[in-house]
Amino acid sequence: MTDAIIEAIDLIKHFPTGKSPLLHRPTALVRAVDGVSFTLGRGRTLGIVGESGCGKSTLGRLLGRLIEPTSGRVLLDGEDVMAATRRDLRRLRPRIQYVFQDPYSCLNPRHSVAESIATPMRIHRLYDRSTEQEKVRELMERVGLNPEHINRFPHEFSGGQRQRIGVARALALSPEVIVADEPVSALDVSVQAQILNLLEDLQASLGLSYVFIAHDLGVVRHIADDVAVMYLGKVVETGTAADVYERASHPYTRALLSAIPVANPRTGKGRQRTVLTGDVPSPINPPSGCRFRTRCPRAEDRCAVEEPALVDRGQGHPVACHFPEDGSLLGGDPVVARPIR
Amino acid sequence: MTDTPLLRVRDLCVSFRTPDGVVRAVDSVSFDVHAGETVGIVGESGSGKSVTANALMRLNSGAQMSTTGSILLDGVDLGSLSEEEVRLRRGRDIAMVFQDPLSALNPFYSVGDQVAEAYRVHHPKARRPEVRDVVVESLGRVGIPEPVKRMYSFPHEFSGGMRQRIVIAMALVNSPRLLIADEPTTALDVTVQAQILELIQRIQQESGTAVLLITHDLGVIAETTERVIVMYGGRVVEEASVESVFEQPTHPYTLGLLGSVRSLDSAGRGSLRAIPGSPPSLIHLPAGCAFRPRCRFELGEGSLCGSSVPTLSVVGRGKSACHLDVAERERLITAVDG
Amino acid sequence: MLYFILRRTVFAVVLLLAVSLCTYVLFSALPSDPAALTCGKNCTTEVIERNRVRLGYDKPILEQYGLFMEGIVKGRTYGPGEAAVHCPAPALGYSFKRHQCVTALISRSLPVTISVSVGAFVLWMLLGVGLGVLAALKRGRWQDRVATGFSVIGISLPTFFVALLAVLIFTVWWPVLDFPSYTGILTNPWKWAKALVLPWSTLAVVSASTYVRMTRNGVIEVMSEEFVRLGLAKGVRRSVLIVKYVLRAALVPIVTIAGLDFAALLGGAVITESVFNLPGVGKLAIEAVVDSDLPVLVATTLVAAAFIVLANAVVDVCYGFLDPRVREG
Repeated sequence: MTDAIIEAIDLIKHFPTGKSPLLHRPTALVRAVDGVSFTLGRGRTLGIVGESGCGKSTLGRLLGRLIEPTSGRVLLDGEDVMAATRRDLRRLRPRIQYVFQDPYSCLNPRHSVAESIATPMRIHRLYDRSTEQEKVRELMERVGLNPEHINRFPHEFSGGQRQRIGVARALALSPEVIVADEPVSALDVSVQAQILNLLEDLQASLGLSYVFIAHDLGVVRHIADDVAVMYLGKVVETGTAADVYERASHPYTRALLSAIPVANPRTGKGRQRTVLTGDVPSPINPPSGCRFRTRCPRAEDRCAVEEPALVDRGQGHPVACHFPEDGSLLGGDPVVARPIR
Repeated sequence: MTDTPLLRVRDLCVSFRTPDGVVRAVDSVSFDVHAGETVGIVGESGSGKSVTANALMRLNSGAQMSTTGSILLDGVDLGSLSEEEVRLRRGRDIAMVFQDPLSALNPFYSVGDQVAEAYRVHHPKARRPEVRDVVVESLGRVGIPEPVKRMYSFPHEFSGGMRQRIVIAMALVNSPRLLIADEPTTALDVTVQAQILELIQRIQQESGTAVLLITHDLGVIAETTERVIVMYGGRVVEEASVESVFEQPTHPYTLGLLGSVRSLDSAGRGSLRAIPGSPPSLIHLPAGCAFRPRCRFELGEGSLCGSSVPTLSVVGRGKSACHLDVAERERLITAVDG
Repeated sequence: MLYFILRRTVFAVVLLLAVSLCTYVLFSALPSDPAALTCGKNCTTEVIERNRVRLGYDKPILEQYGLFMEGIVKGRTYGPGEAAVHCPAPALGYSFKRHQCVTALISRSLPVTISVSVGAFVLWMLLGVGLGVLAALKRGRWQDRVATGFSVIGISLPTFFVALLAVLIFTVWWPVLDFPSYTGILTNPWKWAKALVLPWSTLAVVSASTYVRMTRNGVIEVMSEEFVRLGLAKGVRRSVLIVKYVLRAALVPIVTIAGLDFAALLGGAVITESVFNLPGVGKLAIEAVVDSDLPVLVATTLVAAAFIVLANAVVDVCYGFLDPRVREG
């Protein structure tokens, strides 16, 4: 972990919302990302999980400065992306590329695959026309597409193939970091595995580092080395995948893990689970103190007053909770399905 | 199980004519649902599971659509009934819950009005106070806090989970015999999904309503259903008890699906078991078995796989539609893990 | 909801003030000298200068505007002594061309325009929405083709052409109607209606076309919404479903556009009024342009703008009533 490719320091993004009657001044703030720090090691995968509205996508967008932060810094190899000038950004941006959820809406329907993949190269004037074609073919082959289909249009491909195009386009600028925002959640289960395998192969061969954002804990467990669990704009628990999945200490992480349905009728039915009551509160007026306390089975008076810091309280990894549970796992080992036989 | 099932579907075919050709969305689908039972239909996009659900209530519409086969509800063929007779059964005998509760609720009326409407349609003589009591009671039953106050709120004032509870309240207000839940938790977060699944199970136990749960999520199927129907390319490829399907699948597709889900669930890295290729387009279904191009057990060039569509046949305690012989299908699972 | 209405009203008043200022400044910026326009070609500089003072054109522009606004509230007397002309509040100016207060001119022509607008509006909404719904429900069948065909024809034909055609057909070739000459509704309602049938129909045919399309598309779109399918699954009758679910939802966006269209019409149906020789606001405005009658021009523009602003506010409030999601806004 000493060799960090990305270091996020106290990132904050507040979106203004609501309008006062006359002056059009925002009346409230959506605290989408509210003080998030993490480190992404070179060649590693950081999984960011959380439910809708927890700020994970906003966080992803901040990393490549697709949106401007309210405050905070992102260091790419020690260089502050947020302080970069226009000219610096032009140099920095190719190093952080994105793969988004819906490959169909991310591809221009009137552009052929060749154009879609080549556009970023053209913007950064990397190659002349003939090498460009060659490069596109090479990329297509790399992501498992038939290079002969170079002149086809997005609608001629299946969902999985379109996501491969999306990956090829992200690779076009030879990035070091790829931020993948729900890259498989729009795909069928049988195809999800293909894309995940592809991402892992690419990481192994190109030495990429991933920030992998997903709501599906199963997918993240498979691909991530490190995991950060987010709730209402804050990281509540972080650590290696084994830390978070096997020694989960934050009541939210534990509830999240126990809520996943298990594809095994014998262990699944009737297993002990913590079903959280209620819904995620609004990020406009998050609860005081610990943001999870309104749904937390362990909440006490202190939680309403004092916000817990994200520190190691003897669990071996940082947890933002005053009363973390010990590392032993929840009843019934919900995530690891028994080997079938 | 009783002799006459609550719902008996035989040879259901639904096809749509589109500019690109005829789409056989559902092809020769047969199954039963018994009173009080929970049956799951699982399949990926384009498997025909949602079209099947809609066909059960004759909700598929359009001039370019044709439906054949029989749907017997308590022995009465819905296909032989007039539109008005079907209408009287909708919401009273069979009720539905859809995927996205926000778009399923009418944004212009309060949720109380909408639940009341569901009741009034089948109780035209009900008086106001009676309807009111029914609304409050059914909203309370699905866990809407302060139903007396909240019944005047509009759908957009509720969270996703609460909205789905309201849709469920609406579906249950006439105590239907069968509840069709079409991807009821897909649009919801995982912690809310757990709440909704628990609610459906609780209600099923309390009221004895049969549930037909349609989903792409094998985890949801495993945790809530008793019997499973696996669909692929518009056809049923496997049907068995939930234990059989998960422990001894007899169709290569089911096996592949389980493989990808299981390897996802298991810890650690390493190549995932993916099914190559993608689900077929219903316009250009492959000849013979629809799963053939993605199947690792395919019998090879010139075999039955490429020429004839397999039909369901009994294997062990379930049924599957595959050209592999029965003994081989029973050993399918060992063929992979070994 | 009350807060919403209040907020919207305040906003409308502010907007109205801004619009009036802009209009006033804009017309003052015209190269022609408003004082010189008050009398004919053989005017002496003396007369011009006197008129300039009488009408206040010698003062700086903002002061002029102030006087103008004051006139609206209090009434205004133009010029000193015996030659003074008094226009009671709300005074919108004095037309030297016609030697009349502008307010009087407008209040005489406004009822005509309102008569034309209201009738045409009712007719075109019935026609447009009715045909649109029919087309959507019978999508792909002959009813749809007839309605869509009608809408294409209506959109492609210019207003003056339809108007002239109507006059030609119904008063010359097949003389069931006299050439319209306007009679007040209070004087003789029958004659009033008879004179307005042709202008109403003309405007209806031309404007309904857009509404046929919008309604058709809206209804088709809403029909495919999940909540309509759920309504059906609940066992709601198809006819109830169409009125309560589909029309309700499909008409919300139409209300907005209809409100603005109606307001624009109230500002003067220039072409229609001219062709049918109806003494409405539109015709007044045209004549003002031809005569370079600046005060009238300013006033008619302001009246038209005021209607639009007002309609906007009314539409917004209606929207709040129609769509519960807007109320919190």
